[in-house]
Amino acid sequence: MQYNKIADLIEKAKTENKKISQIVIEEEVYEREIERSAVIDEMKEHLKIMRESITEGLTKGHKSATGLTGGEALTLQNSSNTLDSPLYNKVIVKALAVSEVNACMGKIVAGPTAGASGIVPAVLITLTEEYSLDEDKLINALFTAGGLGEVVSKKATLAGAAGGCQAECGVGSAMAAGAAVELMEGSPKQVGEAFALALKNLLGLVCDPVAGLVEIPCVKRNGFAASHALTAVNMALSGIGTVIPPDEVIEAMMEIGDLMPVSLKETSEAGLAKTKTGQKIADNLQDF
Amino acid sequence: MSVFNVLGPIMIGPSSSHTAGAVKVGYLARSIFKDKLNKADIYLHGSFARTFKGHGTDRALVGGLLGFKPDDERIRDSLNIAKNRGVDIEFHLSDLRGVHPNTAKLDLYGENKEMSIIGSSIGGSRIKIIQIDDYEVDFSGEMPTLWVLHKDVPGEVGIITSILGSYKLNIASMVVFRNKKGEVGSAIIELDHKVNDFVISHLENMDDIYQVRYIEPF
Repeated sequence: MQYNKIADLIEKAKTENKKISQIVIEEEVYEREIERSAVIDEMKEHLKIMRESITEGLTKGHKSATGLTGGEALTLQNSSNTLDSPLYNKVIVKALAVSEVNACMGKIVAGPTAGASGIVPAVLITLTEEYSLDEDKLINALFTAGGLGEVVSKKATLAGAAGGCQAECGVGSAMAAGAAVELMEGSPKQVGEAFALALKNLLGLVCDPVAGLVEIPCVKRNGFAASHALTAVNMALSGIGTVIPPDEVIEAMMEIGDLMPVSLKETSEAGLAKTKTGQKIADNLQDF
Repeated sequence: MSVFNVLGPIMIGPSSSHTAGAVKVGYLARSIFKDKLNKADIYLHGSFARTFKGHGTDRALVGGLLGFKPDDERIRDSLNIAKNRGVDIEFHLSDLRGVHPNTAKLDLYGENKEMSIIGSSIGGSRIKIIQIDDYEVDFSGEMPTLWVLHKDVPGEVGIITSILGSYKLNIASMVVFRNKKGEVGSAIIELDHKVNDFVISHLENMDDIYQVRYIEPF
């Protein structure tokens, strides 16, 4: 994709009276010199794997190789003690399901990374089901999510080791929020606003996983980041905009990532990893 | 860059860098080695060494060596599959010095042949191969790639690029390296289009070209 700015994507969509997804698809067709149908089919395959990972995560009580995570999605789905917020709960359940499958060496679609792979499918697939939307719209929304993430990868980073978790779950939440706005017929401008709102609120999020593994806090954080995206969607669709434009939020994220100490960027030398319990888990895993 | 690099790849978890990236390192090493593999000594460095079991980095590297791609569910069982195929695998924790934290060195042994390849997983599932035997290299496997060993004489690199040009193969990047003047030069050439066997034979048949390896993109 030639676009380095979300503002340029929005502008192009507005000028040509298209959705952002259409611009992203056109760019993919142009750069890879393949048919539009091939690009769409590839995304359909990705969607198929996303759905399979959700089903897999809800089929049986998974346990990761370390035994630290697993079964959370089913526990939440089967609970009758939660607050009455069906849409939110369904989104959180799916995000946990995918993340658990990931932690168990199952098959997932990374987006923007494996550690943040539950967020985009949870939000977009749940909304499509709850509002009985067309499959084509869902496919398009996935392109929008990917396009937004692509800009971040060009202008900043998607690696926890370089930018902390804001670059993984933060960006995943922002991608999901922006794409969900398009799915719900919001304007390209609102797509950018939802993206910015979601990312702004996760700026500074560090990557401090216990024992260096994609489990604690990663699995549950996918649930949080997915529900967080819904808040951004509601704000954007209601007309609450963002004062700081999306591209400036991306720049801020990169600056914060650069300033963030290395001990909090996927090295497990501080934070949750170095808590008494986190350290104990790491020590016990030494012989694992 | 493709949108599927961000919403993708389809992969076996749990980590883009420590699992999918590790599969790619193994897979590229296999393409470079090319012949039947009997034994591999795998040296894990940095974060690869500290967290390999929880991330399945060991199984991922071996899966790649067996020819599995990052989305192949056999990766989970790759250590047993290697054993059944008669490939002897040994892991070592090591300090490779001055390399990316997620790096592995793969010493590969076949019939009358051995080769040492170092690869790093540099973020997301992106990787690069940084060394093959004594040659410093730098390629990602994201594009069709040729690795050519040739006599280090004036005009040789020009001959290689003219041959590629005559087949309308456009060069995206090229890195040349030699250990000693006048001996063997190493050229890593990334191309916009896939290369067919005919082109490879043409290169292999040139007098001053010693070896050609073609690495298909993922």
